[in-house]
Amino acid sequence: MNFAIFLLALFDGIAYAALVFIVALGLTLIFGVMRILNVAHGSLYAIGAYASVTLTGYALSLGFAPVLAFPLMIVSAVLVGILIGAPLEKFLLRRIYDKSEVLQLLMTFAVFMILEDVQRLVWGTRPYFDSSALQVLGNVTVFGVTYTAYQMILLPLVAIALLLGMRFFLRHTVTGKLITATTEDREAAQSIGVDADKVFLFTFVIGAILAGLGGALASPTTSILPGMGADMIVLSFAVVATAGLGQIEGAALTALMIGLGRSFAVYLYPEISVLVPYLIMVLVLLVRPEGLFGTPGARKI
Amino acid sequence: MSSTTEQRKVNARMKNPLFLLWIIGIVAIAAVPFAMPSLQLLVSFAMAKGLGVLGVTVLLRAGQVSFGHALYFGISAYAGAFLMASMPGTDFVIVLIAGTLGAVLAGLLVGLFVVRYRGIFFGMLNLAFSMIFWSILEKFYHYTGGADGIRLPRPMVLGNTLDHVQFELVLFYTAVVLMVALGWFTTRWFASPVGQLFQTIKTNETRLEYLGVSPRRALLSGYLLSAVLCGVGGVMMGMAQGVVTPEYVWWVRSAEMVFIAVLGGAGSVQGAFLGALIYEFVRTYASVYAGDIWQMILGGFLLIIILFAPGGLIAILNSLFNRGSGKGGTGK
Repeated sequence: MNFAIFLLALFDGIAYAALVFIVALGLTLIFGVMRILNVAHGSLYAIGAYASVTLTGYALSLGFAPVLAFPLMIVSAVLVGILIGAPLEKFLLRRIYDKSEVLQLLMTFAVFMILEDVQRLVWGTRPYFDSSALQVLGNVTVFGVTYTAYQMILLPLVAIALLLGMRFFLRHTVTGKLITATTEDREAAQSIGVDADKVFLFTFVIGAILAGLGGALASPTTSILPGMGADMIVLSFAVVATAGLGQIEGAALTALMIGLGRSFAVYLYPEISVLVPYLIMVLVLLVRPEGLFGTPGARKI
Repeated sequence: MSSTTEQRKVNARMKNPLFLLWIIGIVAIAAVPFAMPSLQLLVSFAMAKGLGVLGVTVLLRAGQVSFGHALYFGISAYAGAFLMASMPGTDFVIVLIAGTLGAVLAGLLVGLFVVRYRGIFFGMLNLAFSMIFWSILEKFYHYTGGADGIRLPRPMVLGNTLDHVQFELVLFYTAVVLMVALGWFTTRWFASPVGQLFQTIKTNETRLEYLGVSPRRALLSGYLLSAVLCGVGGVMMGMAQGVVTPEYVWWVRSAEMVFIAVLGGAGSVQGAFLGALIYEFVRTYASVYAGDIWQMILGGFLLIIILFAPGGLIAILNSLFNRGSGKGGTGK
């Protein structure tokens, strides 16, 4: 492995980690607050990607500049959050907060199955590809290695901004503190007048937007196919589980670990590259069953 | 939890009109090759799938759901296919045993790891393992045939070479026998001390520990049983179809198994087979018209069952038959 390939693997890994982190951030936020693992999160990611490509393609066909791809990504993410995330929480998940964990899993899984077919109905099975956002930003050359600025600079920056933004939001804003309070003790929060239903709805929509944003940001770098949602939910679960469910900063670190592990495997042992994230997860969980940053929860008798 | 109350329950079940219904059902199935030969293969598939669903059902009894049990379904089918490829003309019984052993071995390896977890982690880790195996099957196509899979040629039966009509008949009745035998065994296992400990994981795991019982070991025993059931189902399915593809392990198959288990009645042995039969029939006839939205229909139905009939078909049947005795209710 020479230096150029090493750099390529490094850049690949960081770009990939940034995308996975954004999706995992939504997943872990929803879990942290609502104690629900949203299996349909992967579908929201895929729909975000499809929506972004469709909107961008439409804008380009109308003759707008390709720069418009960036705001359209945010638009598609917000659309995913409001049009799919909000009704999902309001009409389905709200009914099962007091049910068993297995039932909750089955419910989000059912939604996942439905959304997988919805994608196929709306967008068909042919792959979509639109890299206009990639071309707008051009390439950068570092140590003789040319790489897209989109993947090398924009994606990591967005991921870091989201991480810091989420930290700030949860710790230093009123809404964030309300969310944290509801997470800590829902009844106590309600008794001092926090509208827990609203907090849950808000959290879920934010989480869904993050999934959609992950998909939208991923869309210029990969072809969009049916089944990408299934891959992503398992992968982002691997990241979230390795970090410890509900751990936001931990998710950033494990996303980086898993992203780099995967991209180096692509160059060194391509056959096993798909397996690397899971191998990392299994190894970590063997040693620390709660994940790297998780704490063993107190068990109720 | 004592076995005498369980015995009483079993006796009560004997007098239950439903019990008679199951006997009639089994006889009706056994008559299919003569009464309706066109349905024979379909019912074979349904029974093989039902065995896999029973595996998922076992875990539901412990309050755990696995989104990756197609793994064992697939591993045993591939084990059978590899055996036939390396030793053509192997006997049917050997293929069946080898496939099941493959599933047991995989179940032990994965089981030792996943029994440390419950709920979300249990479900998702199983899914992760099945996806790992799926990508191995797809990537190492020199050995596995990739997406096209490998053929599972017709094995010998007790030293005889059969044509496909005879072999399908043998498969069919083996499936009937396996369904009844393994169904009975699983029912008895639930009532056995090990089975009772296993089900306590759902109700109160901490108490189990206070009794000095290792919940992990209890869960592992049930996990192995579920892997065996899925394994038997998988290798039967492989032989019935004559070809094994990575699709056997695909998460959609696992989801289908969970769906049927919940449809039939979460935790009910008879429900697993009843669900599988109904599912196969509906799928064969309806997916022609609704192939594109099949998963959507399944998902929608799953939502309806979870929200409005959490006891599944079995609870509905029970409430129909036991209405007078006041034992009804939707098994919430």
